[in-house]
Amino acid sequence: MPADEPDERRRGFLRCMAWAGTGALFTASGGLTNSIRLDGALAATLPRQSFTFLQLSDSHIGFNKAPNADARATLREAVAKVKALSVKPDFIIHTGDVSQLSKDEEFDDADQIIREAGLPVFFVPGEHDMLDPDGGKAFRTRFGKATHGSGWYSFDHRGVHFIGLVNVADLKPGGMGNLGAEQLRWLKVDLAHRSSSTPIVVFAHIPLWTVYREWGWGTDDGGEALRLLARFGSVTVLNGHIHQIVQKVEGHIAFHTARSTAFPQPAPGTASSPGPMKVPPEKLRELLGITSASFVRGAERIALIDSTLSA
Amino acid sequence: MVRLFQFALVPALSLAATAFLLSPIPVDAHAAPAAAAPIVRIENFTFAQPVMTVKRGTTVTWVNGDDIPHTVTAKNLAFKSKVLDTGDRFSFTFAKAGQFDYFCSLHPHMAGKIVVKA
Repeated sequence: MPADEPDERRRGFLRCMAWAGTGALFTASGGLTNSIRLDGALAATLPRQSFTFLQLSDSHIGFNKAPNADARATLREAVAKVKALSVKPDFIIHTGDVSQLSKDEEFDDADQIIREAGLPVFFVPGEHDMLDPDGGKAFRTRFGKATHGSGWYSFDHRGVHFIGLVNVADLKPGGMGNLGAEQLRWLKVDLAHRSSSTPIVVFAHIPLWTVYREWGWGTDDGGEALRLLARFGSVTVLNGHIHQIVQKVEGHIAFHTARSTAFPQPAPGTASSPGPMKVPPEKLRELLGITSASFVRGAERIALIDSTLSA
Repeated sequence: MVRLFQFALVPALSLAATAFLLSPIPVDAHAAPAAAAPIVRIENFTFAQPVMTVKRGTTVTWVNGDDIPHTVTAKNLAFKSKVLDTGDRFSFTFAKAGQFDYFCSLHPHMAGKIVVKA
């Protein structure tokens, strides 16, 4: 586990900004410029406290249909990319759908492939990881020891507070993702005594905000979690589930979804269903990928860089 | 990209539909001797016959034609399938009259209803 570290209150005077690292977003938000210049100067004085972490998502080990006959192979390629990074990430977060059908051999293979990276890994389950007869116990036994309820938890790493949430358990008819009252109560307590200047990273499988209701791409009670996070100056929400990059910034909260390592899904409403996009083999790796997140002490922002398996 | 997807999907679906028409549908031994056992197809993340009315004693079979697993779960938990991978089937015999709302517990926006008449 990453070491605990107390908050550094001296950072409170900084205007906290979360941003998702694309040129488009950066230039679209004119108000960010000054703060980035300031942050850049501060970062230069405190480089030793910067760190990066990595997001993997939706590896669907066991998936073997078009457009990807071997999801194990593409996860291996993703892990090879992680190993080849010039700056070694401190750890990996996996935002769920590790497996296709929650089978033991799927979990075992995923575990073995991801451990090849040689980094600590923090998991949250996707709905595909909840399919064992005990509704997620097989996943938690491997990847969610010492977690609460259906698998939620938090930890601190170099002054950043990380929160892994589960929004794929006990889903309600007609609904979307769901956190539930017990988890929200836990989140309230978890955040209660933290300084508003603590940078927060929340990760969960299904997007916490509504991307596309018609396909269930959202979390019914996600708004309640976001209200609890509203007072924090820098919040980054990392999700998976939709197998494509969607991002937005709302106030101090930056939202970002990662690519899958297994297969792409269509943009909201552009196909008859959210099922796998049957892209030709030579296109597949352009649509699969990993997300690298860089935290710079003093900058109070997390830069997200998505790269594809073809790059 | 979108065009590509739709192109590929159409033949895949018609293939699935053809396979289905050609193959007899196995039903449970205790199924009612109905002339045609009703089928609810799961395709494109929907129950293709979202509302179905049957007589009491009828066995309804769901078949997953998607590349993604689904479940068939009654809202009142009167029945709940195991996870259905591509091509998997689930059957349930409705012994009592009434209305049975169900959904996919993985993709809960997918909903359907069986109305059982006495």
